[in-house]
Amino acid sequence: MAVLVIADHDGAAVRETTGKTVAAAKLISGDVDVLVMGASVAGAAASAAAIAGVRKVLTAESASLGQGLAEAVTDLVVSLAGGYEAILTPATSAGKNFAPRIAAKLDVSQITDVIEVVDPKTFVRPIYAGNALETVKSGDSKLVITVRATAFKGAGEGGSAGIEAVAVPGASGPAAEFVSEEVVKSDRPELAGAKIVVSGGRALGSAEEFARVIEPLADKLGAAVGASRAAVDAGYAPNDYQVGQTGKVVAPDLYVAIGISGAIQHLAGMKDSKVIVAINKDADAPIFQVADYGLVADYKTAVPELMEELTKIGK
Amino acid sequence: MKVLVPVKRVIDYNVKVRVKPDQTGVDLANVKMSMNPFDEIGTEEAVRLKEKGVATEVVVVSIGPAQAQETLRTALAMGADRGILIQTDADLEPLAVAKLLKAVIAEEQPGVVVMGKQAIDGDNNAVGQMLAALLDWPQATFASKIEISGQTAQVTREVDGGLQTLSVALPAVITADLRLNEPRYASLPNIMKAKKKPIDIKSTGDYGVDVANRLTVVKVTEPPKRQGGAKVADVAELVSKLKNEAGVI
Repeated sequence: MAVLVIADHDGAAVRETTGKTVAAAKLISGDVDVLVMGASVAGAAASAAAIAGVRKVLTAESASLGQGLAEAVTDLVVSLAGGYEAILTPATSAGKNFAPRIAAKLDVSQITDVIEVVDPKTFVRPIYAGNALETVKSGDSKLVITVRATAFKGAGEGGSAGIEAVAVPGASGPAAEFVSEEVVKSDRPELAGAKIVVSGGRALGSAEEFARVIEPLADKLGAAVGASRAAVDAGYAPNDYQVGQTGKVVAPDLYVAIGISGAIQHLAGMKDSKVIVAINKDADAPIFQVADYGLVADYKTAVPELMEELTKIGK
Repeated sequence: MKVLVPVKRVIDYNVKVRVKPDQTGVDLANVKMSMNPFDEIGTEEAVRLKEKGVATEVVVVSIGPAQAQETLRTALAMGADRGILIQTDADLEPLAVAKLLKAVIAEEQPGVVVMGKQAIDGDNNAVGQMLAALLDWPQATFASKIEISGQTAQVTREVDGGLQTLSVALPAVITADLRLNEPRYASLPNIMKAKKKPIDIKSTGDYGVDVANRLTVVKVTEPPKRQGGAKVADVAELVSKLKNEAGVI
């Protein structure tokens, strides 16, 4: 039987997380459909159709779906669930919000934050902030799964799936109403999908210093900016910069940690990065235990030097 | 208005987690246990609603072993009024927990449920949303701000890329994110007072719901260890290695 992937997209195109979730879905079934829902999804649907191995793209448009309201998303997905043995979504804040609601409506357990598909009913997922990995086998006839997209390679492009609009059902009960949204606009790559992340910690000491030191380095490397929870709690960086168990989980090719000590909860959010660089003046900081290249130095001298060296190699 | 706050007893967030050698789970013997930190935030928010005169009673519910009474006492010492313990030694899945909570809500008829967004042991982040689904109530997850006036709650939520504000008609389920508030420490007089507050002990059988687990845990293992620890002497060596050895810049 087929599986359904709920796309993560910005309206114009699907995000990388979608292709990675399709890759996970293919390990469950050869027939993968992608649901693209929102206020206006033509562009995103076209990019979903180009993902390799997608059988069919379903589109659904309404204002509530555009606002990501869990009640509307659940009504829609439950109306489509009959034709699928599994429903997968990337574990974004939106996916984490609606997936358990869908699971409960279908009377099944959710399998959360899957990092490996062992077989179509058996999955590996992190528990205890990634300090243990749990392998679970589901006895449910239908599966609802959130996927930690950073654990999978993208499905690639080259597909030419058909696109088909589906009916949006009416509301089945009382729902939340959208009031407003404050989205931080940035020209930098998105933290969750960036190839390089430069993160700052509490050692930066102020929001001004964080902006003065971390942001130019990130821009030089074409990187996204991240922060430790300590830096976010101290007000040096906005909430959505936070990398860690309670923030975003990232796995870039290069993670540069500046003035971050490496609390367990931060490590849980970045330890799957391909290469980790740590710059910290405390030689005993736990971050050095996971760093491939540790530099014991004060960021105040090391970061300007780093900027210079990068200029020398043409960055 | 009555506020219901589910709370869970979990391994203390400062304790280093050890996987059992037989791969059946995590070693919880002789380990410090505490209230799930997100549930502390939920309790704090409910108590503040009472202090502001919005809530009239704060009822805390825990589902777990006999020792979960301690977790309820902690919540009572923070200012909750009474507790309900559904005593079980089983490790219930979020769906079963949501079904039990739904049954408690049928008896208690709270105006709003405020709870942590996830427990730091299973990391499922599911019970609140599942409970809202089973009740057919609206949900507002990952709250960083809650304002209740009359029969409506305005909730600011932490979402990828920023913040979203929703308006939910009550009753509703609201789950707390980290920055909703900073929970108080219970004072000694309040800890003493909490000992006299009532806790009703129930069993899962009292509610007549299906609490069977749907997932079988095949094994629990340690995550692969990262081979870190290498140091570079200076910035020049760092850049050279990133370019030539790792090839990431």
